Amino acid sequence: MARRESPLHSEMVQGTLDMLILQTLLLGPAHGHTIAHAIERGSEDVLQVEHGSLYPALHRLEGRDWIASFWGTSENNRRARYYRLTPEGRRQLAADTARWEQLVRAIGRILKPATE
Amino acid sequence: MHWPRFFARVKWDRERREELESYMEMEIDDNVARGMSLDDARAAAQRKLGNRTLIREEIYGMNTIEFLDSLIRDIRFGLRALRRNSTFTAVTLLTLGVGIGANTAVFSVVNGILLKPLSYPKPERLVSVANSAPGAAGLASVSGDLKLSASMYFTYADQNRTFDALGVWNSSGATVTGLSEPEQVRAVYVSDGTLEALGVPPETGRWLAGEDQKPDGAARVMLGYGYWQRRFGGDRSAIGRNITINAKPREIVGVMPRGFRFLNNESDVILPMGFNRSGLRLPGFGYDCIARLKPGVTISEASADLATLVPVWMSSWPAAPGVNPRVYENWRIAPLIQPLKKEMVGGIGNALWVVMGTIGVVMLIVCANVANLMLVRCESRQQELAVRTALGAGRARIVREMLVESGILGILGGALGLAVGWGALQLLAALNPVSLPRLDDISIDGASILFALALSIFSGMFFGSIPAWKYAGSGISMALRGGGRTSSQSRERHRARNILAVIQVALAMVLLVSAGLMIRTFQELRKVQPGFSGAEQIQNVRIGIPEAVEPSADRVVRMENDMVERLAAIPGVKAVGFASESPMQNEGVDWDAVNAEGKVAPGQDIPPMRLFRYVSPGVFQAEGTRLIAGRAYEWTDLYGARPYVMVSENLAREFWGEPRAAVGKRLAASLPGSPWREVIGVVEDVRYNGVDQPAPAIVYWPSYGDNIYRGNVRDALRSMTFAIRSDRAGTEGFLNQVDQAIWAVNPNLAVASVRTMQEVYSKSMARSTFTLVMLGIAGGIALLLGIIGIYGVISYTASQRIREIGIRLALGAQQGELLKMFVRQGLMLAAGGVACGAIAAMMVMRLMKGLLFEISPLDPQTYVAVALVLAASACLASYLPARRASQIDPVEALRTE
Repeated sequence: MARRESPLHSEMVQGTLDMLILQTLLLGPAHGHTIAHAIERGSEDVLQVEHGSLYPALHRLEGRDWIASFWGTSENNRRARYYRLTPEGRRQLAADTARWEQLVRAIGRILKPATE
Repeated sequence: MHWPRFFARVKWDRERREELESYMEMEIDDNVARGMSLDDARAAAQRKLGNRTLIREEIYGMNTIEFLDSLIRDIRFGLRALRRNSTFTAVTLLTLGVGIGANTAVFSVVNGILLKPLSYPKPERLVSVANSAPGAAGLASVSGDLKLSASMYFTYADQNRTFDALGVWNSSGATVTGLSEPEQVRAVYVSDGTLEALGVPPETGRWLAGEDQKPDGAARVMLGYGYWQRRFGGDRSAIGRNITINAKPREIVGVMPRGFRFLNNESDVILPMGFNRSGLRLPGFGYDCIARLKPGVTISEASADLATLVPVWMSSWPAAPGVNPRVYENWRIAPLIQPLKKEMVGGIGNALWVVMGTIGVVMLIVCANVANLMLVRCESRQQELAVRTALGAGRARIVREMLVESGILGILGGALGLAVGWGALQLLAALNPVSLPRLDDISIDGASILFALALSIFSGMFFGSIPAWKYAGSGISMALRGGGRTSSQSRERHRARNILAVIQVALAMVLLVSAGLMIRTFQELRKVQPGFSGAEQIQNVRIGIPEAVEPSADRVVRMENDMVERLAAIPGVKAVGFASESPMQNEGVDWDAVNAEGKVAPGQDIPPMRLFRYVSPGVFQAEGTRLIAGRAYEWTDLYGARPYVMVSENLAREFWGEPRAAVGKRLAASLPGSPWREVIGVVEDVRYNGVDQPAPAIVYWPSYGDNIYRGNVRDALRSMTFAIRSDRAGTEGFLNQVDQAIWAVNPNLAVASVRTMQEVYSKSMARSTFTLVMLGIAGGIALLLGIIGIYGVISYTASQRIREIGIRLALGAQQGELLKMFVRQGLMLAAGGVACGAIAAMMVMRLMKGLLFEISPLDPQTYVAVALVLAASACLASYLPARRASQIDPVEALRTE
């Protein structure tokens, strides 16, 4: 019965992928392919994700009503499933970002205690 | 959890596949644009995306409840497995169906009679009221509790502070004339307060009201729904019309609604009691009483309230002339209030609980049996289970699968059981062997269905958990390696089945003992001399001669004599007579104390109560009650109003030592001024209140003569039961002739309560018969299942040991010895079961005490007989498979490997 546990989760801090997806969608609706490449490019290829792992995350976010999906047509006229941010997703992103920054500051303080 | 997604999870999966497809295409497009060949582009895209099936599975997993989804799979798997093994499934379902069906049927009866509230508004406030009178010796033996007298009713009804309504009632027959042939209908007489207590509003019209109760007021009547439909076609204009009842025209004022029953009585007409208040005295304790408590009042509060009214009653009403009213103080009268339901259910309650318990035990045996079958099945699936365990199936997973499988069996068995139970109930309702109270309330309803469901799920879990617990994940390597082929089995592997077989035998022992005790009870009852003989030849009919038909007592006795003669003239009639009531019918009885001349019982201020019966000449001959001494009444005794009396044997012995000595002695009613009457005859004792009740002391007054209770005037019995002895009793032709004979005397008389004494006698034993039959069925099923249990264990052991048997035979073992070995094993199981069962039975049988008659719950004969039956059955059950095993050809046995 053991399964689940996406490969991404072991590499990235839990919840980080969700935040990145939401951030990407802040710019406007996008389909999975775009989102995956946007995250990769945006992180200057530091965050190498198996693109497939993105889809369970999208599914989860949609289940929480943070994003909504619809079928549309891609730039080169292919049928693609588009995702867009919902108002709730926007709020969630703000909350996540704030918490993330807090976390980073805290960790930073521990790692470089004597800079001042 | 997203329920919409759960139900659309297959559609969701399709969408995801398309989405991933579209990703692939885009990625391939990109890669091609970067200059890769199509094949390379596809491979790179594949790598980038990862395992698509895994992704879909992960998303699918998010959409579903793992448990539910796999449950559905398990159910499918279970159904397939059961279908494949159809013999096992059929046997199991049949066993379960019978078990659950029997339980559901009995539960429905128990629920309808004992558990469900009565079908009146606010039934919890309804009570029956009677009195206890511990100071009135002998009362219990003649009439049980002390009912209310009319004067007591008025005191209780007028002055209580705890009841909303209180009324007394009586049921009897009444004759309706003028519509067609004179018809005898079922009548209920009610006082004011009775209908108000029950609280069922009329279908149309109104209730009988206080003004209708005035003895000299306008005569009114209410109709029952059925009678209204039958006689008036349900016409509402019947209200206000007149109907002649007991030769008196009465105006119809209302109709009770469909389904209304007056307690346990069907009522065609409801008549006002019409007490003449000014003429009432203290005694006349002949009325049943029902009442409705005020909201919030408890029974003990109400009892305390009425208890304060007993002295009020004593000082408010006159006693019989010359009687000191203080005599009732010595009776120590106290109100006896109980829930109406208890009163209505009566003595059958105890029997029903015993039957319910018994049937519950049958269910346990059924479960044990099915568990045994499941164990055998699991045994043969050992390897399959082991392989699956080895392939990674978890223990929990396998347990669940087994439980699901047994759950399916349970539910299917439950469905079958519901059908069986429904059928059984139809049969029961059609036969109604015990004239069950509240028969209309018995049905397969929500509660019954719930019960069957609970039972099937519970039993499914019960018999499923045993093999599940035993086999899940155990002994993988053992099973895989040998599959039980290379070695004989360990004791360990048989233990569960042996225990189950022992339990089955033990439970069967308990049930068979209970059935055996009932058989013995029945035998004892059959041995009782009821005080009448040739019951199937005695035709009983009830006739009333209302004052409106014939006011003169002198002429009534001549009419009665005429009737007796005309009835005697019917061909084949051997003897005819009549009496105020006939034995065992629970009709209202008359009783009081009597004094024997010169016998003042020492220390007995209150002489004991005796049953009074008013009899005509010829009735003892007709009923087959033997004359022990002296002679019986002649018509000339009656016409001459001679001061004679007859007594029962036990009364004669009590007063004068022996029956012979009684003849010629004198006896009088205990009423002051009662003239002495000479005892002319003594007849054998009659079990008047039922076969299982002791014979009461009876005084037989003549049906016509000076009645001291009516001011010592000539009085004739006006309502009586004829006993007509003939070989043709009960046949239609004969009853026609009886009707003609009665009508020849007066065309306005109707014949009622037509039955043979045999029916009455059987009915008196109905509770015992019913219990016997039910326990007999339960015991039979138990015995059969117990035998199957032992048979199953032995034959399975034998089949598993074929190789060993082969070796033994090859080495020269004798067939006889092998047989003995198996039979010994069977007997050991049976002995264990019998021992446990006997102990359990001794503890449980106390509960049956109330149903037994002159048999101890520890009756050794029954226990020994049942143990022998079980031992014999066990021998047979183990001998059959043993013989088959021992006749095996050793070469064959060894070659099967």
